[in-house]
Amino acid sequence: MSIKSKSFEDIVTGPVYVVSDNIDTDQIIPAEYLNLVPTIPEEYEKLGSYALAGLPESLYPVRLVPEGSMKSAYPIVIAGKNFGCGSSREHAPIALGAAGVKVVVAQSYARIFFRNCVATGEVFPYDSAERLCDILKTGDLATVNFKNNTLEFAGQIHLLKPLGEVLPVVQAGGIFEYARKMGMIPKPQTA
Amino acid sequence: MTLTEKLLARASGRSSVSAGENVWVNVDTLLTHDVCGPGTIGVFKREFGQNAKVWDKSRVVIIPDHYIFTADSKSNRNVDILRNFVREQGIPYFYDVIDGDGADAKWEFDPSKGQLKRQYGSSFAGVCHTALPEKGHCRPGEILVGTDSHTCMAGAFNMFATGIGNTDAGFVLGTGKILLKVPETMRFWLEGELPFGVMAKDVILHIIGDIGFDGATYRAMQYEGPGVASLNMDDRMTIANMAIEAGGKNGVFPYDRLTEDYVRESTRKNGTRQEYTPVELDRDQHFCYDRKFDLSKIEPTVAQHPDPGNRALAKDLNKVTLDRAYIGSCTGGKTSDFLAFAKVIGNRRVKIDTFGVPATPTVVRELQSIVWEGKSVWERLESAGVLMTENASCAACLGGPQDTFGRINKPMSCISATNRNFPGRMGHKESRVYLASPYTVAASALTGYITDPREFLSE
Repeated sequence: MSIKSKSFEDIVTGPVYVVSDNIDTDQIIPAEYLNLVPTIPEEYEKLGSYALAGLPESLYPVRLVPEGSMKSAYPIVIAGKNFGCGSSREHAPIALGAAGVKVVVAQSYARIFFRNCVATGEVFPYDSAERLCDILKTGDLATVNFKNNTLEFAGQIHLLKPLGEVLPVVQAGGIFEYARKMGMIPKPQTA
Repeated sequence: MTLTEKLLARASGRSSVSAGENVWVNVDTLLTHDVCGPGTIGVFKREFGQNAKVWDKSRVVIIPDHYIFTADSKSNRNVDILRNFVREQGIPYFYDVIDGDGADAKWEFDPSKGQLKRQYGSSFAGVCHTALPEKGHCRPGEILVGTDSHTCMAGAFNMFATGIGNTDAGFVLGTGKILLKVPETMRFWLEGELPFGVMAKDVILHIIGDIGFDGATYRAMQYEGPGVASLNMDDRMTIANMAIEAGGKNGVFPYDRLTEDYVRESTRKNGTRQEYTPVELDRDQHFCYDRKFDLSKIEPTVAQHPDPGNRALAKDLNKVTLDRAYIGSCTGGKTSDFLAFAKVIGNRRVKIDTFGVPATPTVVRELQSIVWEGKSVWERLESAGVLMTENASCAACLGGPQDTFGRINKPMSCISATNRNFPGRMGHKESRVYLASPYTVAASALTGYITDPREFLSE
């Protein structure tokens, strides 16, 4: 996304927000907010304020983005299996990215959500063989290291599945930025 | 090769492909709608320039259908964005809500018509996945991508169809190409015929319950066997539609006489391109999963809250009381769905709030013109107490703006002929949605608890 700053570091450190299995796109960004258009800057920001707003309060009393705020204090989301299942709405990775989430570490992803993370360059979608959502809890401090493909928590190193070719694409800010950087496509025509 | 491999090989100009390969595929049709279209157009303009032209305007189909009949100004604006883009690009296949296309043409909610009476012009087509084949945009052997996960419904027509995000769609708008990984194929070999009281919806709920709702992630779901012949095109659409509910990339059916007849008729009626080359079944196919399903053994099936794989039999759920019943959506809002629903209702009255949202204006017209015992099906449903709206759209299937017809605005239990029941899907995030066939939704609407429809049908 051109809206985001694209400074890139090898690590992301901060408190984690932990969710369980099968968090679908309606829970990541409820359908009522799909009237917001992600390519309009103020609506992009607004989408961020609703990231994960569809999680039932009974299960998730703490919100990713506090009511009345536009940004999240949690740069890392830890999830169980099948994260992002459901619709193809690109608003889902965009809402997370706009809220300030940098990395999702899940046991597995639904296909379209994973691809949309890469295409938009909004968040790094790491896979973890370990079920980290049972080990960490919301608010725990962790560090994700892109060089070593690890998540460090409480002195323990957890190995993540390397992002491979996905890493430079997300790092560049999505497929268009990446393709341009690599000389695959030209710069956009100016009006 | 499997059907999906053959489709992707042809579209990428190769003699063969195998699962796991990444290939650049030429897209035959790109579909978008009002909730993802504006963002897709935004990506296209940002990346290709403000004055860029789409790769082939005759291959872009734009169907506003999600948030149409609402007073929400942003939703209304999104349809205006589509209309302006269509005008600027000269795109012929735009199924607008209104008839005029002048610079200040706008749709406005007419309170005198309310939510039940028709508020659209003559070109409106309703829910994109149902409208697409109806309007002659589904052709065997082709590649369809759309900015909606239920784009996979078109796999019923022997084509590769899948949902994509705005960024990928923006790329397709500019280039006509998409990079796709060839999925592994799961084969579902169907035998027998649907028994009394059972519909295609039960088949797919049964299958998803079997493989799990992430059981087809990254995979193609191919249906074959003698049982396929007994499924009409509507049935196949219902089954292909829910491939995504198992995580699947696409669902696909073989080509036969029924496909041919449907496509000939729909392309002729709408003046769309009629030439196509279907893909035939190879003798030599490799599957990552291969199982037989006897259709005659399937019973009325329900997916319980909170996901489409949480399977149970309707007859075992009669302790589950309901507040609402809903029939509609791409999956469950076709004419055949409403006729099945009406058959169970008969001359009875519903016991709980029941909403009916036809998928397309054609469905509305058909229900108003099919007459049973001197009364149109539409009137029969109205006199049974069903709130029927002429405003065909996605409506409450995915919640939508607060004023959406049928939206669940407080915690309650709803049985629905739609396709997805994750928490909050139909509105309130503490509500519970049970997915079932139109038969089962109707029977449950009559009793107020989940009910096996065979109790109300006579063989």
